[in-house]
Amino acid sequence: MATATTDKNILYGLYNDEEILLVAVKKAMDAHLNIYDVFTPFPVHGLDPILGLAESRLHIAGFVYGAIGTLTAFGVMTWVFTRDWPIIFGGKPYWSVPAFIPITFELTVLFAAIGMVVSFYTVCGLGPGVTNETLDDRITDDKFCIAFNTNGMSDEEVDGLRTFFNKTGAEEVNSKVLH
Amino acid sequence: MSAIVSPIREPLIEGNKSYHDITEDLVSPTESVPNAEWVIAFLISVAVLGLGGLAIFITIWFGIGTWDLNRTIGWGWDITNFVWWVGIGHAGTLISAILLLFRQKWRTGVNRAAEAMTIFAVMCAGLFPLIHMGRQWMAFFIFPYPNTRGPLWVNFNSPLLWDVFAISTYFTVSLLFWYTGLVPDFATVRDRATGLRRRIYNFLSFGWTGSAKHWQRWESLSLILAGLATPLVLSVHTIVSFDFATSIIPGWHTTIFPPYFVAGAIFSGFAMVLTLMIITRKVLGLQEYITLNHIESMNKVILLTGTIVGVAYLTELFISWYSQYAYEQFAFYNRAAGIYWWSYFGMMFCNVISPQFFWSKKIRRSITWTFFLSIVVNIGMWFERFVIIATTLARDYLPSSWSYYVPTWVEVALFLGTMGLFSTLYLLFTRLAPVVAIAEVKSILKSAGDQYVGPNAHAHHGHGHAHGVEHSEHAGSHDASGASEVATSEVDVPSNGETSGADGTVMQAISAAGGGQMELNDDLKEVEGIGPAIEGLLNTAGITTFDQLADMDLDPLKQILANAGKNFSQHDPQTWARQAKMAAEGKWEELKEWQKNLKGGKE
Repeated sequence: MATATTDKNILYGLYNDEEILLVAVKKAMDAHLNIYDVFTPFPVHGLDPILGLAESRLHIAGFVYGAIGTLTAFGVMTWVFTRDWPIIFGGKPYWSVPAFIPITFELTVLFAAIGMVVSFYTVCGLGPGVTNETLDDRITDDKFCIAFNTNGMSDEEVDGLRTFFNKTGAEEVNSKVLH
Repeated sequence: MSAIVSPIREPLIEGNKSYHDITEDLVSPTESVPNAEWVIAFLISVAVLGLGGLAIFITIWFGIGTWDLNRTIGWGWDITNFVWWVGIGHAGTLISAILLLFRQKWRTGVNRAAEAMTIFAVMCAGLFPLIHMGRQWMAFFIFPYPNTRGPLWVNFNSPLLWDVFAISTYFTVSLLFWYTGLVPDFATVRDRATGLRRRIYNFLSFGWTGSAKHWQRWESLSLILAGLATPLVLSVHTIVSFDFATSIIPGWHTTIFPPYFVAGAIFSGFAMVLTLMIITRKVLGLQEYITLNHIESMNKVILLTGTIVGVAYLTELFISWYSQYAYEQFAFYNRAAGIYWWSYFGMMFCNVISPQFFWSKKIRRSITWTFFLSIVVNIGMWFERFVIIATTLARDYLPSSWSYYVPTWVEVALFLGTMGLFSTLYLLFTRLAPVVAIAEVKSILKSAGDQYVGPNAHAHHGHGHAHGVEHSEHAGSHDASGASEVATSEVDVPSNGETSGADGTVMQAISAAGGGQMELNDDLKEVEGIGPAIEGLLNTAGITTFDQLADMDLDPLKQILANAGKNFSQHDPQTWARQAKMAAEGKWEELKEWQKNLKGGKE
């Protein structure tokens, strides 16, 4: 079958339960099978270490965005009230730091939240108007999926994967081309 | 592992659900045509919203002279309503953020709707500061931007400006938090839909696939947003209280305001969540996801925060007396015995006395009581803001400028209009999005679903007889049938020929969970009057647990016995349901005591 170079021939197995999935993923990793991705209807705890996923660095990004917010808020208020247009309010000093705290805090949170959410969707390749092909409609319902990319695999290797699925308790094994 | 079950806690998901059942139950309201009640409720909401629209138009067209505010009483229903709505908006983020940090699983049943409520309540709140400005087309003046007026900046030292930042940040962060939680659930809706509906939900779901890495980032994001939203939710109402506390009006400039406003906000927010959830669970049939256990947990929060508010009221009274400051003393005397005494007593009764009923477990678990008291609390918290604002302003330093204030119909219509806006948005939400967070409920099914918790709970209660042993036997037999194909099969992967050894702990986890399909039966023979033969009959009729038996009426039980022939029809099942109820609730001592007095299960 002629396919374009970017097409991925995916062989995937659907499991009924996350406990069975976890065992299967563990076995696949132990057998050095190259898992393309694992899809689940909800976050399965304990899956990340088995898959060898590195910890998300979103929190670092969040800290940086928050720090930018802090500096922006405090810097702008300082500049406005000491350089651009100094006004005395109620006999207080121009640079009245305690009064700047609430807005500084709010902008820290605002920058961190918006920055992280935008980063999250960008890094994941998600967003308004994005359509990602999915392997099976039941993955967002009650099926747990392990997918292999079979591009460049021999028939024996593909058969080996099918055997793997059957032996680890997959409910169904299907293939699909992702464009 | 997620298969660890608590022997103590009650299940949070009832009805022996599978993952697919959860999807069906929670998505179906968005897939069906709305029923007549929904349509009627929606039309009423839109009509009330229209009335509010008219009031807004009149306010803008003729100016705020259409309100009854005057030189003495500059804030009336407008700011009262603002603070009331903002307060209501606090429960959503509290449930989703603080309870997430505290790992409270019951949040999953109510967080989605509570967050939606937050967003809609903040929208209603935002209307009032905007419209009370007088010249609404100048509203952009509240934002700091380089301008042609000097350049003249906003006053960053003013609590009113802090409010602008606090409320808009709160709205934005709540919206992001809510929507990020909705994305995987929109994908679930999308994958069940076809045609145009599929395209719409595909757009809403942002192309979600459920990839492991995405889930990992999603969880990380949720946790950090929760960590940010927790201080945020505390800061917002603190800043709202600064609107009053940083002034020099007696009765307003008290240092107790920030914690007392925050507690009051959570108090009123939970009351509104309860009002809404009690209606929602009934109308959408979500009783198995929003259980009595959820309602009781929220009532406990109401009791706690209501008591904090009560202590704050009394502290204020004490301090005003103790300060020996005549103006402060007068402010509080005026609240209780002045022209607006009725609102003060309304506030005291609704906020201090009414939540104390929740010390009784029976009332905490009663739908009727909870619904009634939640509305009482909502009324009380409105009175509180009215007392603080209008009562205090009506009697200022100069008796010559003392005044009285009653709202005009425009002000009343504005308030009703925000209620219309709120209910219109909420009603739309219940049709367009899953009201309960599907993915999050699925993730707690194994640790909080009744098929996993219930029978084990009995087995672990240690009431000292063979009960527990029988359960483990049940579990053993299910292992053999349920998970054996998976767990015992050797895995042989030809591509590398290496057979990995079975991972003991994960295998045990599989066995314990039985592939997700296992169902443990209760030993119905514990009920006096039921022997092995009748137990078999009941099991055939689908009654396998104490809970089910406890819910049975007398007649169907008699029918089951009668259908089985004469040998069975002579048994009298009148006490079985009550016995089963005790067993289901784990009251073994009480049950044994009662059974001593029963004669073959008869009274």
